[in-house]
Amino acid sequence: MTLAEVFDVLLFRAGFNTAVVLAGAAMLGAGAGLIGVFVLLRRRALVSDAISHATLPGVALGFLAAVGLGLDGRNLPILLVGAASTGILGILAVQWIRDRTRLPEDAAIGTVLSVFFGAGIVLLSHIQTLAVGGQAGLDTFLIGQAAAMSRADALLIGGAAALVVLIALAAFKEFALVCFDPDFAGAGGWRVGRIDLVMLALLLAVVVIGLKTVGLILIIALVIVPPVAARFWTERLNRMALAAALFGAASGYLGAAASALLPRLPAGGVIVLVAGALFVVSLLFAPARGVLAGAVRRLRFRMAIARRQGLLAVAGGEAIADPIARLVLRRNGLIDRQDRPTESGRTAAAAARREQRLWRRYRADYPTDAIADREWSLAPIDAVLPADLVAELERRVAAS
Amino acid sequence: MILTVEDFLHIDLPALMAAVLAAVSCGLLGNFLVLRRQALIGDAISHLVLPGIVVGFLIAGEVLTVAMMAGALGAALVGVLLIEAIRRLGGIESGAAMGVVFTVMFAAGVVLLEQTGSAAVHLDVEHALYGALETTLWLTPTGWESLADPAVWATLPREVTTLAAVTAIVVAAIVLFYKELKIVAFDPDLATSLGFSARTVSAGLVVLVAMAAVAAFDAVGSILVIAMFICPASTARMLTDRLSRQLLLSVLAATLAGIGGYVLAAFGPFWFGGENSLNAAGMIAVVAGALQTLAMLLAPRYGVLPRMFRRWRIRATG
Repeated sequence: MTLAEVFDVLLFRAGFNTAVVLAGAAMLGAGAGLIGVFVLLRRRALVSDAISHATLPGVALGFLAAVGLGLDGRNLPILLVGAASTGILGILAVQWIRDRTRLPEDAAIGTVLSVFFGAGIVLLSHIQTLAVGGQAGLDTFLIGQAAAMSRADALLIGGAAALVVLIALAAFKEFALVCFDPDFAGAGGWRVGRIDLVMLALLLAVVVIGLKTVGLILIIALVIVPPVAARFWTERLNRMALAAALFGAASGYLGAAASALLPRLPAGGVIVLVAGALFVVSLLFAPARGVLAGAVRRLRFRMAIARRQGLLAVAGGEAIADPIARLVLRRNGLIDRQDRPTESGRTAAAAARREQRLWRRYRADYPTDAIADREWSLAPIDAVLPADLVAELERRVAAS
Repeated sequence: MILTVEDFLHIDLPALMAAVLAAVSCGLLGNFLVLRRQALIGDAISHLVLPGIVVGFLIAGEVLTVAMMAGALGAALVGVLLIEAIRRLGGIESGAAMGVVFTVMFAAGVVLLEQTGSAAVHLDVEHALYGALETTLWLTPTGWESLADPAVWATLPREVTTLAAVTAIVVAAIVLFYKELKIVAFDPDLATSLGFSARTVSAGLVVLVAMAAVAAFDAVGSILVIAMFICPASTARMLTDRLSRQLLLSVLAATLAGIGGYVLAAFGPFWFGGENSLNAAGMIAVVAGALQTLAMLLAPRYGVLPRMFRRWRIRATG
């Protein structure tokens, strides 16, 4: 494999078939990431695991039905209809167990995914013994296989995924409402149950059309991993949805390309590993909630505290006990090498003492306001409170 | 089909033993998972051990239980720590954190398997999912009377002896720490105020779950492991409020599912004129699900139908 071949595949120049497969996988990833955002926020992430496993008996039944009708057992539309039917049964079973028995939702999900999958395996073992062709193709539904996809299959998958994206975008406002405040949505006249149903239907659609490419065991990764990765980048829903769709599309595209270029790379596994790599990068480096950004924020906070403690000690004429405080003050030129305050140090210390006294007064006189304001005591008081209130506090401090 | 004694002893008996032992060890631990609403930890662990098993296999160069077990336990540990880290650092709900970790680790396992060619030897994805119950052979017994000979028992297949040891450890741990497990399952805060750490007990439980999952995984595959962690315990939970009774009922349900499922898969098709047996691990999961469905519908106190009937009678008499 040369570099030129890599670029040919990545730039959709390696034949029409590969291009269609890549575009289909990317569209699938975008749809899964987009709907996954709402599934994640609605705390239904693992319901998708039950749905995906529940599709296996449907795939097997679809095969048997197709053979019974005298068609090729690998007829994708029939297999997908079968998958969707048992997927729906799986959703209904989870809801029935959760609502009608004393068993909690996690037990319901576990029961449905293992029992439906078990039934699927039994049916597959029956199919293996039949005297018809095409059984081998069914195995690809477990861990996916992008390379072997026909043009018609890829078009079907990409088209259906594009439809899912369009519907999710059209229902964006309703989904957001139900995710953040279902009670408000209900009180405002929205039919929460119906919106949830549309969401579940789109989730089911993504799972079913992803079976062929990613495989039913790993398709839930495309629904869960990109949204969780996107969560680290932003606090805003529309940006999170955009990021999740992009991450999903990149995973599908790069994973399918790698699987097309290298022998023996199962598409599903590679797609999920790409998503996993994007997730690790987000976890570590995302500016909003990433680990690195969090560490920097904590360090800054620690230094701000140390600086203030040091300045208060200087103002009180005491020795600076905290070594970090000494370091911070020295670096800012507020004290010299013998820990004596410089000119600017004395000014800063006086300011710090004034701040502390004003904040204390404020906290004592307006305790509820002080608690409600997260910024109290560390931020400059003139920047947080209105000038007349600060002047009033100054008067009270001077009087006491 | 005529079933000879030799065939039964060579093929069916070891498979039955493996199925029942796997079902009982996972089923017992499942009680605590279901009560603590951690049922899906079993699901997560049975997926995320795959890369560990593959790495253990690659390092050992052969199917060596110890190496694969060590790899799997290592992977389980890494996975559980990662789940916790993601949950804390990202403020992500535990279900989603679990979903991220186990799918990505399973994907890594699948890619490793296909890339290294381990698939050709013994391990492959299908094996990881369905296990190899049908290929668990025990060729030494020559007849019923040979079962009295300890030397014959010494040649039990590796999977069965591993599972027996793990089952013994699980039973011993539950008997020894019954009180602690019970308190932590129902009231973790009480445990802390009584002076023992609920977190230590939880960690111990996770280690036991990982061990049982790995041992059973090799013999019966990950799907059956999940079914056994959840279904027998859920069945028992529908039938009783007492933990001791629930444990016994879950063992009963697990054993019934193991034997019933295997018999249906191995011999069922022949009763209906078929010629080939079906997948046993899948059938055991289906039987476990059927038992649970019966319990959910018919349990005298909590079952759906008796409750409907009681409501109907109240309305009819009132």
